Amino acid sequence: MKEGKITLKKILSVLLASTFAIGLLAGCGGEKKDAASADVIKIGVFEPLTGDNAAGGELELRGIKIANKLHPEVLGKKIELVIADNKSDKAEAASVAARLIEKDKVKVIIGTYGSSLAMAAGNIVKESKVPAIGTSCTNPQVTANNDYYFRACFIDPFQGTVMANYAFKNGAKKVAIIQEVSNDYAVGLAKFFREAFVKLTGDPDSIVEIANYQTGDKDFSAILTNIKAKNPDAVFAPGNFTESALLIKQARQLGLEVPFMGGDTWETQEFIDVGGVDVEGAMLSTAFDREKATTEEAKKFLEAYVEEYQGEPSALTALAYDAYLIAIDGIKRAGTTEDSVKIRDAIAATTDLETVTGKTTLDANGDAIKAAIIKTVQDGKFKYFDFVDVK
Amino acid sequence: MEFFQPILDMSGASFAQHLVNGISLGSLYAMIAIGYTMVYGILLMINFAHGDIVMMACYFAFFGITVFKIPWYLTFVGVIIATVLLGVLIERAAYRPLRTAPKNSVLISAIGASFLLENLANYLFSGRPLRFPEIEVLAQNIEIAGTQVQAISLIIPVVTIICLVILLHVVNKTKIGMSMRAVSKDYEIARVMGINIDNVISMTFAIGSILAAIGAIMWGIRYPGITPMLGVMPGLKCFIAAVIGGVGNIKGAVLGGFILGLGEILIVAFFPQLSGYRDAFAFIVLIVILFYKPTGLLGEKTTEKV
Amino acid sequence: MANKRNLLLTIIAIAALFALAWYINFESDSYTRRIVNLCLVYAIIGLSMNLTNGFTGQFSLGQAGFMAIGAYTVGIFTVPVAYREAVFYAAPMNPYIANIELPLWLALLVGGLLAALVAFLIGTPVLRLRGDYLAVATLGFSEIIRIVITNAQTITNGALGIKDIPPLNDVRYIFAVTCIVFIFITALINSSYGRAFKAIREDEIAAEAMGIDLFKHKCMAFMLSAFFAGIGGGLYGALLGTVDPKNFLFTLTYNFLLIIVLGGMGSITGSMLGAILVTAGLEFLRVFDEPLELFGTAIPLFRPGFRMVIFSVLLMMLVLYWRHGIMGTREFSWDKAIAFCKNPFTFFKKKGGQKA
Repeated sequence: MKEGKITLKKILSVLLASTFAIGLLAGCGGEKKDAASADVIKIGVFEPLTGDNAAGGELELRGIKIANKLHPEVLGKKIELVIADNKSDKAEAASVAARLIEKDKVKVIIGTYGSSLAMAAGNIVKESKVPAIGTSCTNPQVTANNDYYFRACFIDPFQGTVMANYAFKNGAKKVAIIQEVSNDYAVGLAKFFREAFVKLTGDPDSIVEIANYQTGDKDFSAILTNIKAKNPDAVFAPGNFTESALLIKQARQLGLEVPFMGGDTWETQEFIDVGGVDVEGAMLSTAFDREKATTEEAKKFLEAYVEEYQGEPSALTALAYDAYLIAIDGIKRAGTTEDSVKIRDAIAATTDLETVTGKTTLDANGDAIKAAIIKTVQDGKFKYFDFVDVK
Repeated sequence: MEFFQPILDMSGASFAQHLVNGISLGSLYAMIAIGYTMVYGILLMINFAHGDIVMMACYFAFFGITVFKIPWYLTFVGVIIATVLLGVLIERAAYRPLRTAPKNSVLISAIGASFLLENLANYLFSGRPLRFPEIEVLAQNIEIAGTQVQAISLIIPVVTIICLVILLHVVNKTKIGMSMRAVSKDYEIARVMGINIDNVISMTFAIGSILAAIGAIMWGIRYPGITPMLGVMPGLKCFIAAVIGGVGNIKGAVLGGFILGLGEILIVAFFPQLSGYRDAFAFIVLIVILFYKPTGLLGEKTTEKV
Repeated sequence: MANKRNLLLTIIAIAALFALAWYINFESDSYTRRIVNLCLVYAIIGLSMNLTNGFTGQFSLGQAGFMAIGAYTVGIFTVPVAYREAVFYAAPMNPYIANIELPLWLALLVGGLLAALVAFLIGTPVLRLRGDYLAVATLGFSEIIRIVITNAQTITNGALGIKDIPPLNDVRYIFAVTCIVFIFITALINSSYGRAFKAIREDEIAAEAMGIDLFKHKCMAFMLSAFFAGIGGGLYGALLGTVDPKNFLFTLTYNFLLIIVLGGMGSITGSMLGAILVTAGLEFLRVFDEPLELFGTAIPLFRPGFRMVIFSVLLMMLVLYWRHGIMGTREFSWDKAIAFCKNPFTFFKKKGGQKA
């Protein structure tokens, strides 16, 4: 018994030693690669590649990689992407952002999926005066009071309002809201949906119920039974795609057959995989669809995407591509690859830039002004349904 | 008064629906709670990894049916075997070496095992959700007197009760059951009486894992999204269910599971405003029970030995 | 004579470390500062957890909840009033607190006190429990705290979180707080209270027979632990500049569990060491998440997520084969350090004998 223990200890120490040895080797290997030449400008890619948000981060990384392939140079310098994983974790996100700026000396940062991660990096980019361009972080707080954070996507209030208008236009009089109460995105959308819908109908009781659930919940039967009793015309249920798919599935099992509406987080393959036939007819707002993608840039993007990954690109991928375009357009107009403050000023002045999701203009907050597209699930695919322009 | 309005407004059909939902959730909790209660009864430790064993069983089922295209009934047998192996392996690797160590070390090891399984699943299968394979026969919908019932919701309580009956028979009537009871009553005396403690403990983990596997399959059919963190919350809640019923008591665990499942559903049914606090319900019940009846509803009164 | 020398050495060491903190603060980049600060904050919370788990022997898993209270107090009261409308854009802030702005040190103190108050309220029912039950009950409370924070939108901004907390990435400030906490806990452990804590850890019944009021001392340890966790949490919030409920999932507590297990349950200097090793170690292990090419071939094991697998394997190995951690319940002492310097070769042989 005792001897067995000692051998295990030995194995453990050998394991540990080799762990550190490999670590050191990898560390050295990494540094050699980092040796920068003067003809390179570094752009940081700041995305969650592991953890809860990994799926979104992965899709966005694709967009940035394609953009980098099609536009590998700016002002005669090669663009090098420094890809950093923020682990879907805020403490990590802060360290990683600082690392990108201090260790890797990136001039612009692109990312991230998940607003709270962007907010954790907010102070750091502001302090070090390096501009960051958000891909799909839709919480208004990301760019508020921060001159160095921009974004390529629209914001939560806009999305909520768009869906409220859509519901009203299609004759819904009474709507129930189910929000993922621990998700900033869902809470934001739900709030602005409610306000807009009550205003449109003029009836303060037009929202018949607001039910809450937590991220990771699996059983929604109780809130759905309550809602069924209230007989709404539709349900607005912004939230994470896994929970939302389970929610709709259970709603159908309980015989609640009304349409479900949500936000752009639903537009992932997993939503359809998990939801199956039950999510057919679900409506969602998003930023990109190939039918509406009429710009030159969009054609190039689609071609490259199909070649690289096959299938349909998601809005996240398109937005990440756009963020990259905004970054290099800024660098071009600033005329410098060194002075990140000048680059920031140029990015802030972005007007009518031709991007995949249409023409992009950044407003005074640094938020992109763009149209929303409404999609529906049909035959296990996301289909274009409607187009909602700004104003 | 407005606070209680939803109760007055509730129709009979809605109430029946809530009851069905609650019983179905409660039976699932009960199934998993038995695993906790058996291990605690014998080793006096929370097997924190039990919830994660449930999670792994879901992944096993996914690989069996969706990836390797094995018929579902065969896969289920395979899942049970694989889960038993995993459960016994965890006991061997993480708990057995600490048999004589202070209790806190065992607890930390259990937390470590749970954390390892979660991270391993995250690494191997990625954090993206997978869909639990759909089994038409079990997932179809039936309507009974205006109440929508999924076939599996009816099957779950029946399976739970069958498992309970078999388990009670094993524990009370067979030789291995007798050894288990002896070990849980008095560890040292049982050893002196010639009972092979290691075998009994392995057996306990094996039985707990069988129930975890069955629970996982039913869980997966009812809630078909599989993620690495799937087992965490149900795991904690099922341990609480075991405590409510009286740790070490199998019938108590089932009772606790039903109380928790029904309670969670009904609190949302009666007080929709509190739907955001649903997860807090289990913990509040736990603390109330521990405060007023620390041995649980069906637990025997025991004096702590020095 | 020896005591005086030791005190002098301690003062010199702290002064030297403070000089180092000063140097890091001005001479290094913000990334290094951030890592150093994170080490220090984790050390404070590790120490606080050790107070209950290590010294008093009460296995509590509520640290994340107490941190949340501290972090949110800092978040709510230090965000400049002018920014609050933008932060609380979904639901306006409760008018009673909307115009109260506190300096950081005061907010930290208030956060610590609030955490201690909550610990007092929780402690009354919970501290009667032992072992596993206590662990699950405290874990449950930490989740309840998080759920309440998620739902109390007009105070905490719910899931939207709070941002624009004035950033604090000053090594000197956090180092000073760490020193105060360190000195306080050292003094506490060496006082009669500290001896009572240890007596409870070793044998509750014997301690009670000796006339130690079990509940009072357990509650005191629990409250102090919560107080320091609150302060640590406040610094954590200020360091990140933003807080939201998802930061404080109960899995956060596992980080500190690893720190105190690695450092040694019941050792102050061990916790400090553990905090530094774990924080720096996690940064170091980062290479395991990046694709690795060794001698021209990519090793498929290396991809995102591998680091956390290694992290959890290390935690388990630690408990299984090295249960006492680096320091066990021992402390760093100048006497031993000097003895080691005088005779590095025979030192371990002698001590090995003592240990057995």
